[in-house]
Amino acid sequence: MINITELLQFRWIAVWQRHFQVWLKQIGAALIGNFGEPTLVLLALGYGLGHFVGTIEGIPYLTFLASGMVCSSVMHTSSFEAQYSAFTRMNVQFTWQGMLATPLDVQDIVFGEIIWAASKSLVTVMAIFIVAAGIGAILTWKVMLALPVLFLAGVCFASMAMIMTALAKGYDFFLYYHALLLSPMMLLSGVFFPVSQMPELIQHFVWMLPLTHTIALTRPLLVENTLPDLSAIALHLGVILSYAIVCLSVALKLLRRRLYQ
Amino acid sequence: MPDIKKPIISAHQLTKQYGNNTVVNSIDFCVQQGSCCGILGPNGAGKTTTLRMLMGHVLPSKGQLSVLGWNIPEQARAMRQYAGIVPQQDNLDPDFSVTQNLSVYGQYFGLSAAEIQERIPKILAFSALEQKADARVTTLSGGMQRRLSLGRTLINDPQLIVLDEPTTGLDPQARQLIWQRLRQLKNQGLTLVLTTHYMEEAERLCDDIIIMDQGCILEQGAPRELIERHIPPNVVEVHGVDLELWHQDVAAQFELHSETIGDTRFYYGYEVAPFLQALNDNPELRYLHRPANLEDVFLKLTGRDLRDD
Ligand SMILES: Nc1ncnc2c1ncn2[C@@H]1O[C@H](COP(=O)(O)OP(=O)(O)O)[C@@H](O)[C@H]1O
Ligand SMILES: [Mg+2]
Repeated sequence: MINITELLQFRWIAVWQRHFQVWLKQIGAALIGNFGEPTLVLLALGYGLGHFVGTIEGIPYLTFLASGMVCSSVMHTSSFEAQYSAFTRMNVQFTWQGMLATPLDVQDIVFGEIIWAASKSLVTVMAIFIVAAGIGAILTWKVMLALPVLFLAGVCFASMAMIMTALAKGYDFFLYYHALLLSPMMLLSGVFFPVSQMPELIQHFVWMLPLTHTIALTRPLLVENTLPDLSAIALHLGVILSYAIVCLSVALKLLRRRLYQ
Repeated sequence: MPDIKKPIISAHQLTKQYGNNTVVNSIDFCVQQGSCCGILGPNGAGKTTTLRMLMGHVLPSKGQLSVLGWNIPEQARAMRQYAGIVPQQDNLDPDFSVTQNLSVYGQYFGLSAAEIQERIPKILAFSALEQKADARVTTLSGGMQRRLSLGRTLINDPQLIVLDEPTTGLDPQARQLIWQRLRQLKNQGLTLVLTTHYMEEAERLCDDIIIMDQGCILEQGAPRELIERHIPPNVVEVHGVDLELWHQDVAAQFELHSETIGDTRFYYGYEVAPFLQALNDNPELRYLHRPANLEDVFLKLTGRDLRDD
């Protein structure tokens, strides 16, 4: 379970700070990756496909794609950080062991990791927004409202990923997660084409996934004069938040067992 | 705050089971403030498990445990604010330099930047790493990494330091330096608990020795006391041609307790001068006469068979 009292002591910030300090050391390489990839994808797909597609649901394809891509990048960045990087710190470098020798507890470490993963994905988000704005895919300042939404989505995906980390014996294990969950989500949740295009059965399934709700919240924020309606906002946020809380609780339970034998 | 008169650590019927395997079996011990307690035992005796229980990293199956006046494991998090741990396996942060390792570690304790900056030069001096302050830890030698691991525990100005085999795998010089630093910490009033394979060093540094085997405490006490309790003060190690023949013909009449390990026979006794005279008369035999030590006690209690699981 999540121990709120201990979370509110904010000791986990020290874990976040540590990761941030490491990131700062290689900021150059990190930013090149953050800007380079979305630029390429947006230019290639957006202009290439956009030429044929024109608009989808009244939105220019470049904007449609940029809003989907920003959400799937959050998913990939935070999952990667909470799996490969966190596992390295847990089982290879034993950074977590060092932290556990201090007043930090498993929950502080895991929560620090998850908030860090979400923060890192927010850097990716901003890089994509800057590129997208540069090529005219973002039409409004309202896009800033997407930042808190995407941060929450980062927390959600990192919490989900952390369950795998808690169970992993090695890196290979994460390939299953990527092949069986992340890739289908990326293809089905409305990144490249609208969910409404799919068979009804698949639509039911897809609306149970957090990426679909993240995209549903984010997409209207890139376009002028559109907003998701209020009851829909509550539903989308509720789904993302529920995933985050349930998965964090499960990950904590598993990791406490793993680390405190 | 912890009560000064109470022992720093007190364990009562402390037990750890994994399934049906009892790894630590109802052990009782106390560690007094400012003392150094050494836990000795063959591989698999339960030393690491015991230390990990002290820190709240392994949850005991049974028993009571208090460390620095805090109940463990319930209050382990608060207790660790005042303690330091040097683990069996170094876990320095490879992404950082020596100095950054110290400052990041200070952050984990919630220390202010000012406190951390004030302590770092002292720790670098203590660890003899002033020249390496900006080096990445991956470029340090094994001995330097150990010294940094030990120095790192001082960042929160602890009252207790727990060390799991702090000198295993180090060359003699590096080992000497670590033991010297541990003595220095003890003289400053810190309480130390450590496990080790090096008996002669434990004998010199530790005020109290706990000998463990198969999860049980076989003996505990001051090193001198333990030796007097179990081994006569003189030990003569003899080896050479036709040793067994000589033993039956000559040595048997001295009625010394003895045992054979490999090609050497160990004789234990209170009065050994006549025995040494007899040895001098036999040029075929070589011998070493020495006072009894902790290793003799350890081997007597845990058996001579090699264990390397
Ligand atoms: N997590 C664990 N699960 C099962 N058995 C364990 C675990 N940790 C240690 N043991 C067992 O407990 C025994 C004592 O281990 P340990 O405390 O590491 O001994 P020592 O440090 O004295 O060499 C060993 O037999 C080891 O296999
Ligand atoms: Mg051990």
